[in-house]
Amino acid sequence: MTEPDLRSIVITHMGRIAPEIDIETIDPTADLRDECDIDSMDFLKLITALGSELSLPMPEADYDKMRSFNDMLAYLKDRTA
Amino acid sequence: MTQFLMPSLGADMEDGTLIEQLIAPGERVKRGDIIAAVETQKGAIEIEVFEDGFLDKWLVPLGTKVPVGTPIAEIRSSDMPDIPQPVDPVPQPLPPEAPQPADPDITPPAPEDPNVQPPPADEPPDEIRQRVTPAARRKAAQAGIDLSQLGTVGIISLDDLPQTQTAPLSAMRQAIAAAMSRSKREIPHYYLSDTVDLTEAEAFVTDHNTDLPPDARLLIGALFIRAIARAVAKFPEFNGVFKNDQFAPNPKPHVGMAINLRGGGLVAPALHDADDGDLDDLMTRLRDLVDRVRQGRFRARELTDATITLTSLGDRGVTGITGIIFPPQVAIIGIGTPQWQAVVRDGNVVARRTATITLAADHRVSDGHRGAGFLRAIISNLQKPETL
Repeated sequence: MTEPDLRSIVITHMGRIAPEIDIETIDPTADLRDECDIDSMDFLKLITALGSELSLPMPEADYDKMRSFNDMLAYLKDRTA
Repeated sequence: MTQFLMPSLGADMEDGTLIEQLIAPGERVKRGDIIAAVETQKGAIEIEVFEDGFLDKWLVPLGTKVPVGTPIAEIRSSDMPDIPQPVDPVPQPLPPEAPQPADPDITPPAPEDPNVQPPPADEPPDEIRQRVTPAARRKAAQAGIDLSQLGTVGIISLDDLPQTQTAPLSAMRQAIAAAMSRSKREIPHYYLSDTVDLTEAEAFVTDHNTDLPPDARLLIGALFIRAIARAVAKFPEFNGVFKNDQFAPNPKPHVGMAINLRGGGLVAPALHDADDGDLDDLMTRLRDLVDRVRQGRFRARELTDATITLTSLGDRGVTGITGIIFPPQVAIIGIGTPQWQAVVRDGNVVARRTATITLAADHRVSDGHRGAGFLRAIISNLQKPETL
């Protein structure tokens, strides 16, 4: 899957959890949870939605590779390649 | 025939707006059915019916704001029509001064009672009493304007209030302020704290989640809830409500979860029967509850039934939190963010994941000695996550 596609998917799901956050304005290298003020339940919800849409297992052991917006994109790109 | 009244969803609620009628007249209803939604300061609340029967008619049109205790629907009992219901299931209907209109068409708007503003009890005694119109007093209270700065010459009316840029307190903020002020006014809190080792609990969650899809994964918060729910069985004086000058312990733990809301504010709806089912079941119910609350939909029972509250700071918070008891409950447990700490075990310094756990409890009901035992019981439960 191409990066623009993945980017749009992540933004859509982030928007459902944190509708008031403009993803374009966040620091894409900082911890997504700090940038968007999401807690562990929100993060689990995001992982669930992304895993379901992209048919990925999104194991908990990989959470550290999904910390920032850019990390998340790179991770998804790698797993859907 | 039974009248279904606008329920009180907390000591601070005075009125509510009927925003959804989910059952049509003539339809059958059974105990536990959600028949309406009411807009309150805390958002949209789904209202359940407490008996079986038929909805006879709606007494309040959609969009109408009515005081607590106002009949909003008539329910006809399924087997015994026209027998008055002996027990009113709706909590705390207002005493008779609440208008009880029979005809919905003449339902008056909720009265703007100037007495709703609590009297400034701790106002210093002034030599000259300030004269303020009720409208100005109300606006000043909402906008946080200090009337004592306005002098005492003449009568202060709306026009005399300074134009302020600060927004009035949101309804949510007012609701929190009312509940927390009442708590600090009425409840003689005492506080205890300790350190809880969460190494095993975290490892248990990680291990449990390894091969599970995201929607089946546990969060450690579910273990916290279960550890509290188990501990209250031996310490019933922390699980219940204090009403009418006495404590009523609850046979089941309905653990209120403090959930912060985007855009400000927090609510602490109850996770009912938190000792029932396995951890996966508890986690499913927790997810459902948080989901609905964040969408602004929760049920009336969830707002009123909590018997003890947990406030957990999650993994991005700070070391500790000392809670304020949510009245009429008598205890609140706070758990800080888990951190790595150097801990001495069997004479060796080892790295462990620990968190600060606190108890704020009501001295009218319990003492520090029992409180310490209760806190230790929760900590002990968290050392054996596989038994939760």
